[in-house]
Amino acid sequence: MLLYALRRFVYLIPVAFGVSLLVFGLVHLAPGDPISAIVPPDAPKEVVDKLKEYYGFDQPLPVQYLRWLGVTLTGDLGTSIGTGRSVATEVATAFGNTIILAIAATTLAFSLAVVLGTAAAYAKSRLVDRLVTLISLVGVSVPHFWLAIVLVIIFAVELGALPPMGIGPENSTGWRLDRAHLAHMVLPTIALSVIPLGVVTRTVRSTIKETLSMEFVTALQAKGMSDIRILRHVLKNAAPTCLAVMGLQAGNLIGGSILIETVFAWPGTGFLLNSAIFRRDLPILQGTTLVLAFFFMMLNLTVDVIQTMVDPRIKRG
Amino acid sequence: MAIQSPSIDLGGTISVLLGRSGVSRGYWQSVGRRLRRDPVTLICAAILILLVAAALLAPWLGLADPYKTSMLRRLNPIGSPNNLLGTDELGRDMLARLIYGGRLSLFMGVTPVACALLIGGFLGIAAGFLGGRVNMAIMRTMDVFYAFPSVLLAISLSGAMGAGAENTLLALSLVFIPPICRVSESVTTQVRGFDFVDAAKASGASTLAIVRVHVLGNVLGPILVYATSLISVAIILAAGLSFLGLGVKPPEPEWGLMLNTLRQAIYVNPVLAALPGVMIFITSICFNLMSDGLRAAMDVKA
Repeated sequence: MLLYALRRFVYLIPVAFGVSLLVFGLVHLAPGDPISAIVPPDAPKEVVDKLKEYYGFDQPLPVQYLRWLGVTLTGDLGTSIGTGRSVATEVATAFGNTIILAIAATTLAFSLAVVLGTAAAYAKSRLVDRLVTLISLVGVSVPHFWLAIVLVIIFAVELGALPPMGIGPENSTGWRLDRAHLAHMVLPTIALSVIPLGVVTRTVRSTIKETLSMEFVTALQAKGMSDIRILRHVLKNAAPTCLAVMGLQAGNLIGGSILIETVFAWPGTGFLLNSAIFRRDLPILQGTTLVLAFFFMMLNLTVDVIQTMVDPRIKRG
Repeated sequence: MAIQSPSIDLGGTISVLLGRSGVSRGYWQSVGRRLRRDPVTLICAAILILLVAAALLAPWLGLADPYKTSMLRRLNPIGSPNNLLGTDELGRDMLARLIYGGRLSLFMGVTPVACALLIGGFLGIAAGFLGGRVNMAIMRTMDVFYAFPSVLLAISLSGAMGAGAENTLLALSLVFIPPICRVSESVTTQVRGFDFVDAAKASGASTLAIVRVHVLGNVLGPILVYATSLISVAIILAAGLSFLGLGVKPPEPEWGLMLNTLRQAIYVNPVLAALPGVMIFITSICFNLMSDGLRAAMDVKA
């Protein structure tokens, strides 16, 4: 097992190398040179050249890449062109806020999805099955940023029951576990959870249905085992497939929360990325993308290893 | 809006096709027959055809000018005498803008998937058929793109390249190439392992003929079904990019962009502000249901 995890990790190294190339390349996809964002167009040439030299943009590309890679590997993601602060600090703060929201949304989505999906797979009446199928269809089809706006309209504008945006009360500096901060989390959490809810419900329903039609279930029933205990066996068999989908969804949720964070002005990585794009703050854009991609890779690795641990049928390595 | 990569099991399709060279006409006839008996798919197809037709024929539908602003008639409510669905924040007719909006919104959703289908499909089939080093090179490159959550990749790419419809199309195509490539590779590898390919080789068929008849004939269906399931994701993602201000630029009518500019109106006329999203929602539901129907009719297990 450990050997397999290690091997998977080693395999990630070339992928991580490719990722770093792509993230580095992001800056050079940008029209104009990266300096033009911070200097006025009529700046004297000497100043522009000085700045280019300061940021290292005067070097040939491969040299710039190796230099950037070297610095990045030490954990230094550079300085923000817009604020002059360390990119690593800004991304770390934002990442914390995103994770809080992500944990809430995945907990809500996954627990609801397991209950709904299992209920639909077991349901004798077509109505329950149809209803759950409808919920999962809506989940995968709804534009979640629109749903976020609709939630704001209903619960903040019309009912005035929940705050429309922000992480907490106006003078709040960061997230804390109290009533006001939790109230600010409700709407973004719901909006973020719809996609994973739809996808995971669909997976749980079809996997459990498939497991239920397996012969071992009939054998257990014939032996006279109670339904509850059979359910435990069924869930155990369905778990690996569902876990894989959940892992992917959790990663996508963190990467995809940018739209929701923008609607709710939630100060997470998505919000940071969005404002960096409009200030043309390329180091922030690079740093955020790199951190999120790295996190996504690690998450996928973890899910993969957990999957092999849960499912003895998968023999790898 | 997450792209799911299904493990497509060709068993079902192949058992239908076994013993024939490529996909026979009888197979497609039975697919068509099954589709015609599926009311949900038919209704969704009808709605989509209606949306596309309305968008294309918009200039001849007697609608108001979608670009004409009016300072006097800003944010008129739904059901106003001259503006059936009200007016937006600059006094432009909402009905006209929603119908004209279908042009860009549908185009921006379908085009990237079509481009990705061509490029990703080609790369995937090549990787699956040739195997070995080519497979290694192509699939490991795709792994790099897989290391990014799809939305993040789309936003970072179009964010770096700057706003604009062309950049959005490019970024979205890049996002959809890896999943289509992966699915194409896996079905092609499966088909290559079937006995009829060996039989064709043994009977002296040229590589080109094997690819054209045996491989393409069997893999195009599943790849196409998978690609249709991505259209709804693409439409939401394209609208999302415009919503962020990274896609289509104002004053073009486009559903995502309209949602963005109407956000300032949620305290004045909330129902109006939510309308463009309803269009995105309807379109995406129809594409999802149609893709499900197509999958069932073609008996591709996903």
